Amino acid sequence: MCIDCGCAPTDHHHHHDAPHSHEEHTVQRRKTISIEEDILAKNNRLAAANRTLFADKGIFTLNLVSSPGSGKTSLLEMTLSALKNEISFAVLEGDQQTANDADRIAATGVPVHQINTGAGCHLDAHMVGHGLEHFNLDAVQMLMIENVGNLVCPAAFDLGEDFKVSLLSVTEGEDKPLKYPQMFRASEIMLINKIDLLPYVRFDIARCREYAERVHPGIKIFEVSCYSGEGLDEWYAWLGEQVSAKGLMVRSKG
Amino acid sequence: MHELGITQSIVEIALRTATGQAATIIHSVTLEVGALAGVVPDALLFCYEACSKETLLEGSRLIIEEIPARARCRDCATDYPLVDLLTCCPACGSAASDLLCGEDLRIKEMEID
Ligand SMILES: Nc1nc2c(ncn2[C@@H]2O[C@H](COP(=O)(O)OP(=O)(O)OP(=O)(O)O)[C@@H](O)[C@H]2O)c(=O)[nH]1
Ligand SMILES: [Zn+2]
Ligand SMILES: [Zn+2]
Ligand SMILES: [Zn+2]
Ligand SMILES: [Zn+2]
Repeated sequence: MCIDCGCAPTDHHHHHDAPHSHEEHTVQRRKTISIEEDILAKNNRLAAANRTLFADKGIFTLNLVSSPGSGKTSLLEMTLSALKNEISFAVLEGDQQTANDADRIAATGVPVHQINTGAGCHLDAHMVGHGLEHFNLDAVQMLMIENVGNLVCPAAFDLGEDFKVSLLSVTEGEDKPLKYPQMFRASEIMLINKIDLLPYVRFDIARCREYAERVHPGIKIFEVSCYSGEGLDEWYAWLGEQVSAKGLMVRSKG
Repeated sequence: MHELGITQSIVEIALRTATGQAATIIHSVTLEVGALAGVVPDALLFCYEACSKETLLEGSRLIIEEIPARARCRDCATDYPLVDLLTCCPACGSAASDLLCGEDLRIKEMEID
């Protein structure tokens, strides 16, 4: 092809349908335009809109992330059952297929909306924004978002939440924070779940804490079991503090 | 595989820009990708070929420029390059740091006719 003008053949897909003389070729017309546009800008803009809405309404929002099966839905079931009389919740459930998790949440009596992402491996801010249309937000104090079970992709997408919360169960190995540092770096809180299984698996909690601290200095860690209920009181107390702090911020705004 | 969604955004932005410039040919699109942006360049290239099919971008080249990551130590304020998120401060050994750059994910420029 046009070896003499220096453009690679792959550059030329549409180029040579029409005959042209070499003078008018790309050397003259080809130009570089600067764009400098953030690829995640659209998601970040929509996340900012969600965040503003949560701030206006005084809604404390958590984005739960983990590998599949580490216990996000179980944690929600326990938390909602324990606190639903004190805190008014809403839940957004992200799953690739099925409404199984949403059905489990609905059984607790808390308003829930299911978002099926299909082939998508994470929720994005646009999906969450539309998901919110299904709730009366004036009546909501705390929103829980269960992200798609996936330790990689959800780390990159801000949904407008106050905090990401990573769950890690003791059957997964204590080195998860090192293997998926992006996710644990993005999370302010980590829950180590299924501690009822500690007698049966080799999992070094102290080392897991140390790894998490290495990728995220100051990360807040809870050790819990959604099966025996161990450790959950501390989690509930922390949630209560966060919800009232966020509610107060709105009231003081007048 | 959120590279697919990211690639769709790239294609969207590139096509919008091309229309604005009344471009007839797109030769290349250049991205700046931080070492810690959490995307796999090969996956982007793979998705790009699929997403650009039957658009003005078909056949254009996706050029990926990697931006190295740097951090500043929270304890002694040293700036240092991060190989990964586990790199500690070379001056004092502290792991506590703030990222200065390396999470970038940006379309830098396009070459068009
Ligand atoms: N032993 C034990 N099992 C648990 C605990 N928490 C959850 N499980 C079990 O782990 C399995 C997965 O729990 P889920 O709550 O569905 O996990 P999930 O994170 O919502 O899963 P996905 O939505 O598929 O990503 C279920 O069989 C739970 O009963 C726990 O603390 N201890
Ligand atoms: Zn679940
Ligand atoms: Zn929309
Ligand atoms: Zn993905
Ligand atoms: Zn230092």
